[in-house]
Amino acid sequence: MAAIGQPAQEPQHLARPEEIRAVPVRHPGRWIASALVLLLIVVAVHSVATNPRFGWGTVGDYLFDARILRGLALTLELTAIAMVVGIALGVLLAVMRLSPNPLVAGTSSFYIWLFRGTPVLVQILFWSFISALYPRISLGVPFGGPELVSGNANTIITPFVAAVLALGLNEGAYMAEIVRAGILSVDEGQSEAAQALGMTRLQTMRRIVLPQAMRVIIPPTGNETISMLKTTALVSVIATQELLYSAQLIYAVNYRQIPLLLVASIWYLTVTSVLSVGQYYIERHFGRGTSRGPRMTPWQRLRMNLRYIRPPQRREEGATP
Amino acid sequence: MTDVPMLKAEAVCKRFGRLEVLQGITLEVRRGEVMCLLGPSGSGKSTFLRCINHLEKIDAGRLRVDGELVGYREEGDKLYELREADVIRKRAEIGMVFQRFNLFPHMTALENVVEAPVLVKRVPRARAAERGRELLDRVGLGDRTESYPAQLSGGQQQRVAIARALAMDPKLMLFDEPTSALDPELVGDVLDVMRRLAEAGMTMVVVTHEIGFARGAADSVVFMDAGVVVESGPPSEVFDNPRHERTRAFLSKVL
Ligand SMILES: Nc1ncnc2c1ncn2[C@@H]1O[C@H](COP(=O)(O)OP(=O)(O)OP(=O)(O)O)[C@@H](O)[C@H]1O
Ligand SMILES: [Mg+2]
Repeated sequence: MAAIGQPAQEPQHLARPEEIRAVPVRHPGRWIASALVLLLIVVAVHSVATNPRFGWGTVGDYLFDARILRGLALTLELTAIAMVVGIALGVLLAVMRLSPNPLVAGTSSFYIWLFRGTPVLVQILFWSFISALYPRISLGVPFGGPELVSGNANTIITPFVAAVLALGLNEGAYMAEIVRAGILSVDEGQSEAAQALGMTRLQTMRRIVLPQAMRVIIPPTGNETISMLKTTALVSVIATQELLYSAQLIYAVNYRQIPLLLVASIWYLTVTSVLSVGQYYIERHFGRGTSRGPRMTPWQRLRMNLRYIRPPQRREEGATP
Repeated sequence: MTDVPMLKAEAVCKRFGRLEVLQGITLEVRRGEVMCLLGPSGSGKSTFLRCINHLEKIDAGRLRVDGELVGYREEGDKLYELREADVIRKRAEIGMVFQRFNLFPHMTALENVVEAPVLVKRVPRARAAERGRELLDRVGLGDRTESYPAQLSGGQQQRVAIARALAMDPKLMLFDEPTSALDPELVGDVLDVMRRLAEAGMTMVVVTHEIGFARGAADSVVFMDAGVVVESGPPSEVFDNPRHERTRAFLSKVL
């Protein structure tokens, strides 16, 4: 019954066209550029490796020196605590800034204005000299009420505490803006639906809005963390023995400045690299339920890229059954 | 006691700045009834629904759900604003379904349904999940409990949204154009769910332009324009014998 020469539905599936095996376009320009870049790299590496003044031997001697490792530990500790303080403060300030109460919102704006508008180095110095402003620090009822705890400012605000306060309070101002942008990025229908279900403002914020804001908050927070790791070097000015200051203390004695700065740089680079990888996994976690955002781990990505780079001819040979 | 209407609006007014969006809405929905609300864009239908669960404060008139004032407490001839906790307790008794679904995208279908009972009503999670599966099954999505909203079609998302609202055991359901963001072939599934809900005795206020649904499922139809009720009555009357010119003009456009 079927018309001749007019194939019915089924054969259409069977007649699958041959897969395209075109000769790829040649890119001679790319090859020349690659060769040039490669040459430059070789020259640079050669010069760095053979210039004795870099003192690579000394770098090796001090890379795992106990003082350097203690400094590294303190740098990590400072970064972690300052970021925790900064993020907590940032969330608080962001929620405050979006409050319908103008005094609350204004307080947050003022804070952000003050702490973003002054150099963090100045803030670090300020906190280290706080005892000049307030010789005694006490916790109690203000305006002459009873004191609960009190103490000498110099014993409470050690250089470490001053560093944490300066870095954390400063970071809070930046994180507030990041968190606020994240909250504003969440569709208003989300809070409306949550409220219609009977959730309080706080529950809505915690369970519905913030988790979605995370997708927008995480990438810049990763950058902030990496940036914080490097900013901690500034607290070397108040004699906090973090990574840079530990290196400085060593070269103050042996005068091997360059190798010791290289040691510090290698550690900064190592930690920032590890942090970047961590950021990937966190972004993946908060990208749940959306098609956008990274779905592959760095390893999967690397493997995919390697497969992609492999020349097509080789694949053909292996692929034919 | 059962004669108390589920929803009673008396001269409800709402302004946004100088814009008078609702200018004295008076209507009544009895227990178990379905009311369909229609009217041109900007006539205040969504605003009226939002007033019913106190997402918006009304400026004048009285709005009662199940005999109790919405958002206020009346003592003598004085009105007292309710505390947020009391507003929320009452809001939780009213389910709402939105035009754009507003599912929580970071949660699976089941998590969407379970979230509010656990958080608001303190139902143990296991029991809420069991109930959630039942509800998703009822809206025909028993096999999609672990899907995220982005992995569901619009019609499926809206049915999850209905299940999510039902999980709070509401005594009144509000639907704000539940099918107008959907592709035509997906509208039917959602309307079927709503029809079954109506048959099961749920009191519903539905903003919709699906005349077929209104004809079949509504006990009464209200036509609103520019913040006032122009015409209301049983669907056969309003649709087949509209008394007002404005109603006629509007119906000729949507029919
Ligand atoms: N929060 C608000 N602030 C100011 N004006 C508003 C607000 N919400 C709604 N309006 C205005 O109130 C009027 C009625 O809006 P509403 O959303 O209730 O209309 P609608 O009947 O639902 O229309 P549609 O069919 O387009 O959804 C519109 O003019 C709208 O611009
Ligand atoms: Mg509307």
